[in-house]
Amino acid sequence: MADVMHADSSATTKRERKTIPESLFAWLLVGPAMIFIAVIVAWPLAETIRLSFMEAGLGGEKFIGLENYQDLAESRKFHQTIVRTFYWMFLSVGLKLVLGLIGATLLNAAIPGRALFRVLVMPPWVIPIAIGCIGWLWLYNGYFGVLSGVMMHLGITDAPFEFLAQKQSAFYSAIATDVWVGVPMVTLFFLAAMQGVSRDLYEAAWVDGAGRWYRFRRITIPQIMPVIVSMSLLSAIFTFNSFEIIWILTEGGPRGATTTLIVDTYKTAIGNYKFGEGSARAVIIVLLLGLFSLAYLFFLNKVNKKYGVK
Amino acid sequence: MMDRYTKLQMVGIYACVAVFLTFILLPFFEMFMASLRPLEHLFRSPYQFWSDDFSFDAYKQMWVTVPLLGRYIFNSIYISFMVTGLTMIFVVPAAYAYARLQFPFKNLSLGIFLGVNMFTGAVLLIPLYRVLRTMGLLNTYWAMIVPGVAFLIPTGIWLLRSYLEKIPRELEEAAFVDGASRLYTLRRVVLPLATPGLIVVGVAVFIGAYAQQFLFAITFNQTRELQPLPAGLYEFIGYQSVTWNEMMAAALVGVLPVMVIFLFLQKYLVAGLTAGAVKE
Repeated sequence: MADVMHADSSATTKRERKTIPESLFAWLLVGPAMIFIAVIVAWPLAETIRLSFMEAGLGGEKFIGLENYQDLAESRKFHQTIVRTFYWMFLSVGLKLVLGLIGATLLNAAIPGRALFRVLVMPPWVIPIAIGCIGWLWLYNGYFGVLSGVMMHLGITDAPFEFLAQKQSAFYSAIATDVWVGVPMVTLFFLAAMQGVSRDLYEAAWVDGAGRWYRFRRITIPQIMPVIVSMSLLSAIFTFNSFEIIWILTEGGPRGATTTLIVDTYKTAIGNYKFGEGSARAVIIVLLLGLFSLAYLFFLNKVNKKYGVK
Repeated sequence: MMDRYTKLQMVGIYACVAVFLTFILLPFFEMFMASLRPLEHLFRSPYQFWSDDFSFDAYKQMWVTVPLLGRYIFNSIYISFMVTGLTMIFVVPAAYAYARLQFPFKNLSLGIFLGVNMFTGAVLLIPLYRVLRTMGLLNTYWAMIVPGVAFLIPTGIWLLRSYLEKIPRELEEAAFVDGASRLYTLRRVVLPLATPGLIVVGVAVFIGAYAQQFLFAITFNQTRELQPLPAGLYEFIGYQSVTWNEMMAAALVGVLPVMVIFLFLQKYLVAGLTAGAVKE
């Protein structure tokens, strides 16, 4: 139909216009962004792969084949870092999803004040992570921070408790902060998805005598499943890449307790100028992230089929 | 009705909301409280819940302790503005192409853009450092702007594309029939219609740019005068002691610009950002 109209109009108006082919026009529009990304992201990525086969530092480069990777494969410390990174990711993503689901359900309840509550959830998402972390540094402070203070007043500890000074507590404190940064986004996406679920479904179930919990399990969860899957992947990527939070709170310490893969990469490459070894780590990160994405596409496909989305 | 709650249920819901919001807002509350207390009272152990000498002195003193503070705040805003402007220049045409046109490698190239979202700058810092050095951009504003733009382009394209897809095609087709060129149609028909979407995407990019400065700043910039606020705040950590109250005051003042923008536009922003989560 549209084609006929176009043909018609060009025939009648006689105004010969310089229309360039659609695909050329499209690439002229996309090209600048593509080139920019190529220079700033793709080329450095290729460089990272090249450097990972080098012994590279401030002095120069020397090709050493797979030696960097061999070192990593044999390093017990690196194995621990990988295990720690996955533990960090699963725990943090799990908490974000569960808290996000609870938060979204609460904000979706028909109670007075919910518009205000929704706004109050957002600040950690909006402000720079680096600034939010300064607040957490203060909270975790053993002598002057409120958390240790409350614990002392309640008699849980008698001495000031430095959250970031001990291996275990530092790790879980960093998780708490990471969850704090990530929860608002997850909550708001779940909330938006919940509000998109048709009321008819709930009403039909309600008429049939289905209780709240049943409706939540059998209607809400299946209906928002695609969003849950997307948010799982997005959170996994963010958490895996989470650098600033750990760097500001602990710099990967104490004694490596919070050193995840990304922190290890930064310390190796930027801190110790071991560019080759750092690049090998970066390549492993890229490969792992690629695997996540493939798994994600696979699951999303399955979910969409199961729940009949498009 | 279905949505009716009993009194007990109401109490339960509000209690849960209170716990949830306490977790979210506690850091801000404590930052604010710390900014109101004189330093020597901050350093009282055990922790005191109330002081009787609250004051706003820290908000005055902080400009003296860190003389460049104003400059840092300016830098943060300036960098974010530049990043936003440049990002939009790249994003608008590309998003239009993905929303409206058919061309070879469309899905593949869109996939590549979105793949960029998987990396943070941290993975690419080493070669990025070299790229910027080769271009002679280290220790300039551009060292923080250029990578910032690259990592915001994909999100921008994604958000704007879904907005443009919702604009009806009829007007464009009418313009085309009347003999308007493709570029003219884009400039004079599509963009004016898309203004609300452009604002939402622009603000989202600005907030993203404001948030991501820290890593690029500490890695690519050694010039003190050019440092953005999140990096500059660390000057409050001195060799002897940390002036916590002033640092908190400065941090709160520093987040004010984004918080104000955000509060005004939050309804549209959230709707725009979560649009993908809602089924049509």
